[in-house]
Amino acid sequence: MRSDVTQAHHGQGEGGAQAPEAGFEAPPAASAGTGAPLPSPPPAKRHAPLVPVDSAASRSLVAVIAILTFLAALCAGAAELVATSSAQWRASVANEATIQIRPQPNRNTEELVSRAVALAVATPGIAAAEPFTLAQSERLLEPWLGAGLDLGELPVPRLIVLRMAEGAEADLAGLRESLGEIPGASLDDHAQWLARLSAMAQTIVAIGIALVILVLVATGLAVAFATRGAMAGNKGIVEVLHFVGARDSYIAREFQSRFLRLGLKGGAAGGAAALLLFAILGLISSSWRASPAGDQIEALFGAFEIGWRGYAVMIGIALVVALVTAVVSGLSVKRFLAESG
Amino acid sequence: MKDFEIFPDKSDLPVVHFENVGVRYGLGPEILRDITFSIAPHSFQFLSGPSGAGKTTLLRLILMSIRPTRGVMTLFGEEVSRIDKDRLTDLRRRMGVVFQDFRLLDHLTLYENVALPLRVQEREERGYRAEVMELLAWVGLGHRVHAMPSVLSGGEKQRAAIARALITRPDLLLADEPTGNVDPSLARRLLRLFIELHRLGTSVLIATHDLALMDQVDAKRLLLGDGHLHIDE
Repeated sequence: MRSDVTQAHHGQGEGGAQAPEAGFEAPPAASAGTGAPLPSPPPAKRHAPLVPVDSAASRSLVAVIAILTFLAALCAGAAELVATSSAQWRASVANEATIQIRPQPNRNTEELVSRAVALAVATPGIAAAEPFTLAQSERLLEPWLGAGLDLGELPVPRLIVLRMAEGAEADLAGLRESLGEIPGASLDDHAQWLARLSAMAQTIVAIGIALVILVLVATGLAVAFATRGAMAGNKGIVEVLHFVGARDSYIAREFQSRFLRLGLKGGAAGGAAALLLFAILGLISSSWRASPAGDQIEALFGAFEIGWRGYAVMIGIALVVALVTAVVSGLSVKRFLAESG
Repeated sequence: MKDFEIFPDKSDLPVVHFENVGVRYGLGPEILRDITFSIAPHSFQFLSGPSGAGKTTLLRLILMSIRPTRGVMTLFGEEVSRIDKDRLTDLRRRMGVVFQDFRLLDHLTLYENVALPLRVQEREERGYRAEVMELLAWVGLGHRVHAMPSVLSGGEKQRAAIARALITRPDLLLADEPTGNVDPSLARRLLRLFIELHRLGTSVLIATHDLALMDQVDAKRLLLGDGHLHIDE
């Protein structure tokens, strides 16, 4: 044992050439020219993550993210459904306006009607004006007053239905002004209805957006907790990474890429579930469409289809959830590292 | 005459310089008091003292994993009391550390553990793969590159930890009881490894309480006792 060491010492004295001792070959600097066969390097493969993956905690986080994404996508889908339906409603309601002419004593109502029709047709943006005949007006009242009544005696108001030209803004204000010359004539452009309808739709959409934001915030908080847990659990590893020369930004990226993967997984699962649900509901509602109940549902909600925009919004939410996960985990890691000094 | 000879260097700036450094944890007594010493470039020294004398604390100070409560510390000529984290990382990249408990990452293979310092510097793996393999072969672990640390023996872990400390060819090597877990003959081989490294230009500081190990080399000894440091040239 002693001689072995002495030999090494002598070796140094003779110009630095070392007889390799068992177990150690020449140092890298000296072995460059020896051409000693080296074991084959490991096959090129994806690096194992620097932060070990705790499968149980990761699975729970993926499940939480999936559930939250599902809820957010449902809210967004419902809001989109309402927005689309109300837009359809408003379009069809806004496409029409009505002139009402109340019979005036000592005036020929028919003449007032034809004057109003002439005024309406002359107004730019109005494609057609169709007066209800007396018979049609009576038929409108039939459900309330019964058939066979002679309404000629009653002052039944006459209606003129105006159809707007497509794509043109009708000059309804001008029409209202000119109708002023005709006694008993008034214009109803359904503005009040439209205002209420769009207020309701906007409220529902706003609630939907607020819920989506809340869910995103909840996702962020869940991820922040999970990240801090992961950091605390891997404190030893983080310390070693620091000692071997890793910057905070590098460590943060390592955690971030891991959480981005978890976020993408959870987001994809939740988003896909919501898409599937809407697709199935769409199919069911279209198979009901023939029935009277289906007609009523469709009258209220429009077709139960969220269209490509709805699907895009859901996919977008899944992506945003993944992004929120990555950004929040990155920020939490940086804060954790800054706090731990 | 000692078993090994070391090669002192006439140097410029010290790699490490402590001036009246003191450390206490919380409100407790000072563990280290008035520590003043330098580690010259290309030097070789032992840090010794009884268990609990503060050897590991001193190494952690040099690593800046704990901060001194008083005194002045310079690393590679840079005063470090107000150093920012990125600059500290730059300094740490010039040091290699062998921990007493190795601190290999259990979920990475031996190869990945040794390559870790290069990987965290975001170097291309293609550029360092051969180097890592060569170093692993040099420390006698060429046949175990794919093994996980959990299946390695104490001596193998020791050598893996040393290889990880050496892979960046550091200017300063800190080793905490690097022969604590191995039999005397392996301890001697490891010591030779450190001397080899020293010959290649690295300053080496080995913390040990193994007198037999120290007797093999005629090197400066930093002796810690009672919180104070005595230098035995």
